[in-house]
Amino acid sequence: MEKEKILINNAEMHAIIERMTFQIIEKVTDYDNTYIVGIRRRGEYIANRIIDSISHHNKKPLKSGVLDITLYRDDLSEISNMPEVKSSDIGFDVNGKTIILVDDVLFTGRTIRSAIDALLDYGRPAKIMLAVIVDRGHKELPIHADFTGKHIPTRKSEVIHVKVKEIDNVDNDCVTISDREV
Amino acid sequence: MKTLLKNCKIVNHDKITEGNILINDNIIEDITNDNIQADNVYECLGKYVLPGLIDMHSHMREPGFEYKEDITTAGQAAVAGGITTACCMANTKPVIDNAPVASFIINKSKKDGLFDALPYGAVTKGLKGEELTEMGDLIENGVCGFSDDGYTIMNAEVMRRALEYVRYFDSFISVHAIDTNLQGNGYMNEGRISAVNGLNGIPSESESVIIARDIMLARLTKSRVHISHVSSKEAVDIIRWGKNEGINVTAEATPHHFTLTDENCLTYDTNYKMSPPLREEEDIEAILQGFKDGTIDCISTDHAPHQDDEKFVEFGLAPVGIIGYQTAVPLTIKRIDEGRLSWTDFARLMSYNPAKILKKENLGIITKGKQADIVVIDADIEYTYTREINKSKSFNTPFLNKQLKGRALYTFKNGRLVYQA
Amino acid sequence: MTYDKKDFISTQDLTRKQIDYILNQAMSFREINQREVKKVPTLKGRTIVNLFFEASTRTKTSFEIAGKRLGADVININSSTSSTQKGETLMDTVKNIEAMASDIVVIRHSYSGSVKFVADNVDAHIVNAGDGLNEHPTQCMLDLLTIKLQKGRLEGLNVTIIGDIAHSRVARSNIWAMKTYGMNVTLFAPPTMLPVGVEAFGVNTAKNMEEAVANADVIIMLRIQRERMAKLLIPSEREYSKLFGLTPAVMKKAKSDVMVMHPGPINRGVELSSIVADSSNSAILDQVENGVAVRMAVFSFLAMSK
Repeated sequence: MEKEKILINNAEMHAIIERMTFQIIEKVTDYDNTYIVGIRRRGEYIANRIIDSISHHNKKPLKSGVLDITLYRDDLSEISNMPEVKSSDIGFDVNGKTIILVDDVLFTGRTIRSAIDALLDYGRPAKIMLAVIVDRGHKELPIHADFTGKHIPTRKSEVIHVKVKEIDNVDNDCVTISDREV
Repeated sequence: MKTLLKNCKIVNHDKITEGNILINDNIIEDITNDNIQADNVYECLGKYVLPGLIDMHSHMREPGFEYKEDITTAGQAAVAGGITTACCMANTKPVIDNAPVASFIINKSKKDGLFDALPYGAVTKGLKGEELTEMGDLIENGVCGFSDDGYTIMNAEVMRRALEYVRYFDSFISVHAIDTNLQGNGYMNEGRISAVNGLNGIPSESESVIIARDIMLARLTKSRVHISHVSSKEAVDIIRWGKNEGINVTAEATPHHFTLTDENCLTYDTNYKMSPPLREEEDIEAILQGFKDGTIDCISTDHAPHQDDEKFVEFGLAPVGIIGYQTAVPLTIKRIDEGRLSWTDFARLMSYNPAKILKKENLGIITKGKQADIVVIDADIEYTYTREINKSKSFNTPFLNKQLKGRALYTFKNGRLVYQA
Repeated sequence: MTYDKKDFISTQDLTRKQIDYILNQAMSFREINQREVKKVPTLKGRTIVNLFFEASTRTKTSFEIAGKRLGADVININSSTSSTQKGETLMDTVKNIEAMASDIVVIRHSYSGSVKFVADNVDAHIVNAGDGLNEHPTQCMLDLLTIKLQKGRLEGLNVTIIGDIAHSRVARSNIWAMKTYGMNVTLFAPPTMLPVGVEAFGVNTAKNMEEAVANADVIIMLRIQRERMAKLLIPSEREYSKLFGLTPAVMKKAKSDVMVMHPGPINRGVELSSIVADSSNSAILDQVENGVAVRMAVFSFLAMSK
């Protein structure tokens, strides 16, 4: 990962989250029935940032949940090792709710497909929306984000990393690009 | 026809001498240092030359189980292992409880001319432990002794009468000592290993209580009892006591019982399932000590062929036993190399003593005038015991594809070369 | 991932890390069992065969539910040992099942070592659901999970196992894993039910019931089977209950927060009195619940391993 390059620095990241927050505030009408659900692992932290930002703007904070989609992935037989399964934490009845799924990067769309499947096993939400920090293209499924931080055109071989300070061993949040990891 | 074995280290039960062995037809004509003209000359420099090995305990499976082994393949395996005389147990189908079956086996091995197969007659009809067989008739037809082998006679009264009756013929009974109640549904030695791997255990006492009983009965009947394949320390101690008391008891132990322990059962490999089961290190020590002090008279193989598919099952379901004709020599040499046994011990344990027990006066020793049953052993050769080397119809041995050292180079039966490595 | 074996046969060679991994995974699966829709598509299109050569209701059901909740197709085959003895060998039976493209075969068999024997000779993933007297590794994992959830830890806990240790695969699997995890195991049984060579376990044995329960954080009671009387191991259920059963009187000598566990099915009034079985100390139904999660975890990591 020698050629790793920062695409979005901490300040820009902050601005992106601010902007997404405003977009979300604009769309949300019923705070009691709208939930933010982060997709493990990084989506969970991004979701927390958005929730903090919403309350920072003196809005009622949105309730949240966490979704682990490992068991819903369609590529389990292709990856070399079973990833560790973490439990989901959907502590509310999803029926009739508006749910904003949050993830770090929108790439092929398969993770989001898994997440939608997982969510539907909990019930029948009224509406599911999607928020991502980066949309890097190369979708393999007809899935789009309702709230996008930034569109970044990439080659398929490149790796986009949204790094959060909780788990990525960085001082500040950022987004990096590099060639395929070896 | 004359045959000369040159530059031999001649190993007998009491000493090793150097010299040439001159064979005339089927008799050892002379032991000499002269270089005599002969029709065939075999250079034996550096080789150990022993009287043909005598195996007092094996299973040849014919008649009835020819898919496992027959007299001919048993003979081929035996002579490849240096064994020129082998006794076979009565658990054939039909059982060797009548003269025709005994004659059939003896005649077939004579016809093949590889080795002498000496059948044991069954002690009881059908090995059922109830009624005595026609022992006189069996003796007349050449059985070497009597045994119900794997079917221990649990009724002491039956055993007593059998011992009394064989005394009339000056014969003996070979006992596979297992108290079947105490054995229960055990599959391996009971101890630390069986506690760990959860296989049902067989206490060594299931062997020693029957040995003790039968030594007592030998004393009561003034008859002769031979204890098969001794596996445990207590068994050795009891036999030693019996001998000290002057009771007419002899005993044998197998190479696997002085080589392997029950730790091998941790793998659940059915080639380690034996009866009696493999025991512990201290039992091996006791057996080796028993060889040395004369408590145990013989090494016997308990050659027990089973087909691969019969052994390729759950440990609990697998038949017991392993083939052993061709591994007796290398496994004994291993103990000789370690200094635990000597070459003269080998000749004593696997030729001289068995000949005495079987009352074969012309066997068991290399000396002038005796029958020319001779094995020339290459003690140094290292090889892998492959399926090709194995001559038995069956391959059930944990030594298959293992590295071994030492084997028969030439085997002579009745003066005739019957095997050459 | 720390579990990289093809099969799940034994707890004897599990490391502490592997036990942690399995328990953590199982905890994640507990969440699914609490949902309304208790099903995930992880093993969709995979086939799991439950091959039981011994009668079993709860273990087989638990494996079946676990497989189905992961979206696998689960097929149950009940076969008595005697039928294979008559004709087909165990190996042939399993090879046939494997030939039908089964991914995981769960085997319970009455012979110790038989499941390992199968696993060593086929490509399918094999899960040991109990082999003879030898091992019952998923039962062990669910026991550990139940203890960990209630006590918050495993290391340093005192566990007493009471009953027919000699003939118990539950005891063996638990002893191995608990020792690995630094738990203090004590055994108590009539001498006929302690195996010869028990010292090889490297655990304590208690001399009487009082000593057995005094310091225990967890008591695991083993099932007493009626056929043991025929084998002369005990004279009667009545006497067994009196001397070796867990009764309210015995419980008074134990810690007030001691957990009582039992692999089931319980013989009420023999090894365990009804009052104790139904008391707040009893974790027996938690064990059953956790069994499904443990088996889901085992299926998922085996199916995904190469």
